[in-house]
Amino acid sequence: MSVVLAVFKREFKSYFGTPLAYVFLAIFLMASSLWMFMGDFFLRGEASMTPFFANIPALFAVFAPLIAMRMWSEERRTGTIEMLLSLPITTGQAVVGKFLAAWVFLFISLLMTLPIYFTLLVLGRPEFGPVFTGYFGAFLLGGAYLAISGFFSVITKSQVISFVLGLIACVAFLLLGQPFILGFLDANFPAFVSEMFESLSASTQFDKMQRGMIEVQSLLFMLALTVGFLFASSVMLDERKAA
Amino acid sequence: MIKVDNLAKRFGAIRAVDGISFQVEKGEVLGFLGPNGAGKSTTMKMLTCFLRPDSGTASLAGYDILDDPVAVRSRIGYVPENSPLYDEMSVEAFLRFMCDMRRLHGGVANAAIERVVQQCSISNVYHQVIATLSKGYKRRVGLAQAFLHDPDILVLDEPTDGLDPNQKHDVREMLASMGQDKCIIISTHILEEVTAICSRAIIIARGKVLADGTPAELSERGGGKMDAYFREITTKEGVA
Repeated sequence: MSVVLAVFKREFKSYFGTPLAYVFLAIFLMASSLWMFMGDFFLRGEASMTPFFANIPALFAVFAPLIAMRMWSEERRTGTIEMLLSLPITTGQAVVGKFLAAWVFLFISLLMTLPIYFTLLVLGRPEFGPVFTGYFGAFLLGGAYLAISGFFSVITKSQVISFVLGLIACVAFLLLGQPFILGFLDANFPAFVSEMFESLSASTQFDKMQRGMIEVQSLLFMLALTVGFLFASSVMLDERKAA
Repeated sequence: MIKVDNLAKRFGAIRAVDGISFQVEKGEVLGFLGPNGAGKSTTMKMLTCFLRPDSGTASLAGYDILDDPVAVRSRIGYVPENSPLYDEMSVEAFLRFMCDMRRLHGGVANAAIERVVQQCSISNVYHQVIATLSKGYKRRVGLAQAFLHDPDILVLDEPTDGLDPNQKHDVREMLASMGQDKCIIISTHILEEVTAICSRAIIIARGKVLADGTPAELSERGGGKMDAYFREITTKEGVA
């Protein structure tokens, strides 16, 4: 078994070793379902998951930092990082192993929202395509947010600070494409500036996916964000691990 | 087995390790002595490739710490200062994880775990969660993980720190019995420990090697008392 898998397994089990993970999971499921059903769900007369996916970027901006906040900060606080990173493993392998564990945890959380889809199946005939691309997009978006949040758990020993910084960064990527920001940019800068901001926004890219479109641009955006922040985490770890 | 060549590391303005060189052969138990903040832990962290030196290098079991850190790490057993462990895991799960990381599988892993559990006398806490263990048992679990892959080189950073006299005695016995066919570096600031288990000792302070010799030789230089000699050379530099 490769060392990445060993790190992954340990990390993944550690999520279920504390009650915290169950609490986060419960809050996530409750919030996502509430948004789905408490709005105009029964008035719209339409069997679609759009209201669910519409809230995913905002929900994940909180949920991902919650999952990732202890990833490295706890290792640094307790000193176990010294043991882990003097085992025969590269820093990059350790970063990837831990990230995958968080990503699979998030994937399972997403799977647990499937009853929403089943409810729609009972009530009507929802289109499968947008549901699939929506889930796929949510999975990718979650990965990018986890990589961002994981990076902030490298730079501090405090889980709270790690969470807050991760939250701010995720919200920033979310807000880049919001109408009020784009409107401001349009009014004050040449058009290409707002276009750039719009395409750099996680919510813009995710929005296309949940409407059923999978563009190469969106895929590349999410993957670049993920890989970029994983790489940054690895570099930062080598800098900061001893401090 | 261990060859350290002019290793140096600074943290900001502080020179934690300032050009240290020494060699350790197989069968030697080297006591790494020095006051707190002398650079003992920093040197050990560089030997285990956790920290990258600013200059100089070292080779362990024939592998360079700069060129091939993963190969070096796979050939050493390391107990970091305070022996940090994953508190939420059981001893069993923790040792299994360490076996996975050391690429020991199946029957080999089972045999390795059985061996270290016996060696470190942790069979009665084997199924317990690490957070619930006493300090002495935590230390022993820390040692057990370092012995799993039966490495030729052991780097132990204050392995008896915080143990009661009986536990200290047990750990020393264990290390002394292993000493013949391994190369062991132990950092400590307890001088009696050096006399008890080390075949050689190096005294460092402010990142420099101040003395190197057998415990008997060092005692002799202090007129029969090693602590007299230790105080003499480690405080003299400070005044200068």
